[in-house]
Amino acid sequence: MPSLSPRSHTPMMRHLISAADLTRDDAVLILDTAEEMARVADRPIKKLPTLRGRTVCNLFFEDSTRTRISFEAAEKRLSADVINFAAKGSSVSKGESLKDTAQTLEAMGVDAVVIRHGASGAPYRLATSGWIDAPVINAGDGTHQHPTQALLDAFTMRRRLVGRDTGLGRDLDGKRITLVGDVLHSRVARSNVDLLHTLGAEVTLVAPPTLVPVGVESWPCEVSYDLDSVLAKSDAVMMLRVQRERMNAAFFPTEREYSRRYGLDGRRMAKMPEHAIVMHPGPMVRGMEITAEVADSDRCTVVEQVANGVSTRMAVLYLLLGGAEFTAPASPRTTEES
Amino acid sequence: MSKILIRGAKVLGGEVADVLIDGEIIAEIGTGLAADDAQVVEAEGQILLPGLVDLHTHLREPGREDSETVLTGTRAAASGGFTAVFAMANTHPVADSAGVVEQVYRLGKEAGYCDVQPIGAVTVGLEGKKLAELGAMHDSAAGVTVFSDDGKCVDDAVIMRRALEYVKAFGGVVAQHAQEPRLTEGAQMNEGVVSAELGLGGWPAVAEESIIARDVLLAEHVGSRVHICHLSTAGSVEIVRWAKSRGIDVTAEVTPHHLLLTDELVRTYDPVYKVNPPLRTERDVTALREALADGTIDIVATDHAPHPHEDKDCEWAAAAMGMVGLETALSVVQQTMVETGLLDWAGVADRMSFAPARIGRAAGHGRPVSAGEPANLTLVDPAYRGEVDPADFASRSRNTPYEGRELPGRVTHTFLRGRATLVDGKLA
Repeated sequence: MPSLSPRSHTPMMRHLISAADLTRDDAVLILDTAEEMARVADRPIKKLPTLRGRTVCNLFFEDSTRTRISFEAAEKRLSADVINFAAKGSSVSKGESLKDTAQTLEAMGVDAVVIRHGASGAPYRLATSGWIDAPVINAGDGTHQHPTQALLDAFTMRRRLVGRDTGLGRDLDGKRITLVGDVLHSRVARSNVDLLHTLGAEVTLVAPPTLVPVGVESWPCEVSYDLDSVLAKSDAVMMLRVQRERMNAAFFPTEREYSRRYGLDGRRMAKMPEHAIVMHPGPMVRGMEITAEVADSDRCTVVEQVANGVSTRMAVLYLLLGGAEFTAPASPRTTEES
Repeated sequence: MSKILIRGAKVLGGEVADVLIDGEIIAEIGTGLAADDAQVVEAEGQILLPGLVDLHTHLREPGREDSETVLTGTRAAASGGFTAVFAMANTHPVADSAGVVEQVYRLGKEAGYCDVQPIGAVTVGLEGKKLAELGAMHDSAAGVTVFSDDGKCVDDAVIMRRALEYVKAFGGVVAQHAQEPRLTEGAQMNEGVVSAELGLGGWPAVAEESIIARDVLLAEHVGSRVHICHLSTAGSVEIVRWAKSRGIDVTAEVTPHHLLLTDELVRTYDPVYKVNPPLRTERDVTALREALADGTIDIVATDHAPHPHEDKDCEWAAAAMGMVGLETALSVVQQTMVETGLLDWAGVADRMSFAPARIGRAAGHGRPVSAGEPANLTLVDPAYRGEVDPADFASRSRNTPYEGRELPGRVTHTFLRGRATLVDGKLA
């Protein structure tokens, strides 16, 4: 396998803000690089020297333990120095703005910023407003985008549906992916629709009409209100998280009704092709979105998605930060010493 | 010097003439006028309009003087060719009493750049629950005729009905900010293709249209007149058109930015485009232009909404809504309406002077450019082309969406009752 280096490829964009910004070649490069990175996770010492001496700040204005830990693991495996910034209890809660925070980090010499923010567009503003020079990686913004989630999902699909080794260099051409649940409020759905389309997959969104955004007709996907009608032709079914508080806003009548019409249980899973997988970005609401029987089945990739998230984020950091040339290390010892 | 001779201007875009101002009035209009003791303004190629009137301005004083004051706001108004502005009531404290409206009125008089007519709040504290003392505000020195909770919608149908009924006693008008609150909870931009992509809360057109539909029916029911602020959708236009065809006493306004900009600009996430109501689609812009041309929409109003830099230099969701507009309004109207052939300069005079003065009952404004009339006048050079530079603004705030954009037209002179407030583009 050839070694990968950002210098040997057309550089990706300077920041990763939206899955829609990725070309097919960019996305495949990230997925291929993630496969290389995944090999590191198989080693006793899971570490590369690639970002040694570089400082990455995880700037989290919104709670997210899973994504923050995933990024932190990825950064540490690449030997980056990591600063974790949580808005709660920080100067932000005392009224400091995103701009002020960004400029403080810039003054401290941060080399990259991973940002999670409750406001759609905040990472875009951070990247384009001149407040900061460092590359910006979007770790989820409002209901807009979560591009590394889409990448790890695509990585998981390619491994399962195309093959770990046979998938290298390939996309998801012709694969049929169904996303089910709260599309309206889901940055995961937006990111996945964009990326999966770029990778050649056919995407169908399934949700009650109240949870489908006005304007969805411009998205490169189909929309259905009937889950049962699409299961048999799905290579992967990705369940989206539904927040219980949505009920108060009358998006659907009751949890029970939602579960009956849009929940994935064993009976519905049986309608899927044998090779088809069940995905969920987590955390799962068992019983409502997905039954324990499905969540715990071999076809459910939730745990793999978590593991793949670290490899994928390593790949993104490596490619965006343009670290030292990366060659898959031959042994743990050389990894540490190279 | 009390006499001014404006030489060779196109009066209302028609015949070239000389206009002699003597004191506070237009003394004479003709050709070859001479007055040895007059200050002469050479106006060849320029158009002389009646002083512009803005029925919808936010001057921010009292309470947010870091954004704008009556003085800076009226200087901006004079720069834009306005001789009268109606100041919205959502100040701090709210202009919901005779004391506050008189304060704003007095500050306008002291500033001296244009007449400031305060708008009174419809409800106490803009809370939508209890009618403010509408009569007391009307009877005050400010002589309030327009009432609005702008920034918020009077969404309670009973309160709206009572307000419409009550102001009939003194010929007032209720100006409604049409925004159904429940349908716009969390709204950040126009609901549609772009909001779906950007993941920003959608602001559906129907939230505006449903309130307009309700209010024109209420106005019909109680036999009162209602004014609809800043129309932004094609559907709103249709409702107003229907209401007028039915004989309902409704008037409506559109802002310059809704005549030019669309929600596609929000893709930049630049809060300079964040405004209430939100920028809509190309289809809406087309409908609004046509409606302004055919008179369905009566007037252009700026909704001049100054905000300090820090309130806009942030992420979209945290940013304040609004944009300044007094100093660019005429240029945008020239570009969108005149240069597209939809409106001639007489039409501009109607939509930006005669009609707003009539709706707001602004004495001495919106009068014909004729001998014997108050000399409230605006001179504009329509051939001018230039990039907008906010550094040139007189407004205290610079939150303009037009920075760096080339716009046509330039107001060169503004006269308030015969006194020049703007000379060769510079404030007097």
